[in-house]
Amino acid sequence: MDSFFLIEKGVLIVVIFAITMLIALYSTFAERKIAAFFQDRVGPNRAGPGGILQPLADGLKMFTKEDFTPDTPNKFLFILGPGLFMTTALLTSSVIPWGDTVNLFGREFNLQVADINVAVIFIFGVVSIGVYGIMIGGWASNNKYSLLGAVRATSQMISYEIAMGLSIISVLMMTGTLSLREISLQQYGFINWNEHWFSWYVFRQPLAFLIFLTCAFAETNRTPFDLPECESELIGGYHTEYSSMKLGFYLFAEYINMFISSAIISVLFFGGFNYPGMNWVNETWGINAVAFLGVVALFIKIFFFIFFYMWVRWTVPRFRYDQLMNLGWKVLIPLSILNIVITGGVILLLK
Amino acid sequence: MATDIKSISLSGRKKEVSVKEMTFMEKIYLPEIAKGMGITLRHFFKKKVTINYPEEKREFSPVYRGRHILMRDENGAERCVACGLCAVACPAEAITMVAAERKPGEEGLYREEKYASVYEINMLRCIFCGLCEEACPKDAIYLTEDLIKPDFTREGFIYGKDKLVMPLEDKIEKIK
Repeated sequence: MDSFFLIEKGVLIVVIFAITMLIALYSTFAERKIAAFFQDRVGPNRAGPGGILQPLADGLKMFTKEDFTPDTPNKFLFILGPGLFMTTALLTSSVIPWGDTVNLFGREFNLQVADINVAVIFIFGVVSIGVYGIMIGGWASNNKYSLLGAVRATSQMISYEIAMGLSIISVLMMTGTLSLREISLQQYGFINWNEHWFSWYVFRQPLAFLIFLTCAFAETNRTPFDLPECESELIGGYHTEYSSMKLGFYLFAEYINMFISSAIISVLFFGGFNYPGMNWVNETWGINAVAFLGVVALFIKIFFFIFFYMWVRWTVPRFRYDQLMNLGWKVLIPLSILNIVITGGVILLLK
Repeated sequence: MATDIKSISLSGRKKEVSVKEMTFMEKIYLPEIAKGMGITLRHFFKKKVTINYPEEKREFSPVYRGRHILMRDENGAERCVACGLCAVACPAEAITMVAAERKPGEEGLYREEKYASVYEINMLRCIFCGLCEEACPKDAIYLTEDLIKPDFTREGFIYGKDKLVMPLEDKIEKIK
């Protein structure tokens, strides 16, 4: 292993970590601002020009709050919960292809930390561990409302993981690979008349996209599936007993989850770093311009989905718990199985 | 013909409750969500109703009744004669005053022989009805468009002559 490889990956990891943190930080601001806009208000606009320093003020407030620990026999688990949730939220960013190949200093490298051939399964595995963060936190709080919130979160996330995994299988049947980089490269450009008209998977698997999107909402505990945190029934859900930066970690990790899930949706269904007119850019400006514009395109897609999350939050009211379970088990899972069957049939027919 | 008690509507706004089956389009739920999201998106681009308070101020109505002011006449002398009619008219009993006699040499300060040495309005009691303004025979008390400033103590809301009497500089400005 040469030192250049280590430097390249190290720089990439630090940059991705910084960008993830920055976007999560400003997602909190965007959430408040967008919520205000949907309600005909202007939102926070006092801290700095247009309120741009608001997240820093929020973070400072979080840090300076009293760090309260409830009377619990599981002090270690109480601290472990938010840490685990944060770690798993950050881990998934390592397998996402952030951009195409770039050519710098006479070397070619990919804008991806780890191009592993089981990336999709890796993401599912890490997301499943994220449930432990919530469960441990809720359990160690020694509070019945926290525990109820944690139980809700766990059962919801496990139920929707199944539908999510099944919806992905129909996509994987078409891709034939689990590597996210390969999946991105298969969706090259936007229109590909020779092979299959529109190259992005959303045009070939719209049903899988809808199921995946719905499950992503449930996995990130966002409205309309934010039952684990519903204040009217559970005070604050699994983080009722948390305060100061431990609470901050939970809230922050949720925004990171939102960012990462937007990235995964973009990569799987909206072509990742692909955009219309890639061939033309490649011929005119070269490979580095393609990669740079690809990163921009990916981030535009991600930002759109983050906006979409917030848009849905201020439109759709919260589900009742039995409705949530009905939707997950009786609608989404049969639909995704049906989608697998249809996809398999069509693939066989075209052969 | 005896009408059924269930069909009587006293308010005239009675509505039949419908428990009809949802149509297929309503059952698959997505078109309805799309419709709702269209509505919220329209609100996203609507003009905001917020008034950024310290920078922008809401326009008061022309008959707005705010903080009181004790007027001076055209020579800068106080008009109030401490007759007490405002205190009598006040439904909230917010006004108290102590009358005093004008000494020789004070003609420039007070217009008539009698004046109010103490004149206090408790702004926490005042209901800003404007009856004091109507009762005053000398046109001495008026309600302005200003707001009462917040304070930390209850005593701070008892406004004496130092806060109520029109500042002399204002009078000079007006004469100019």
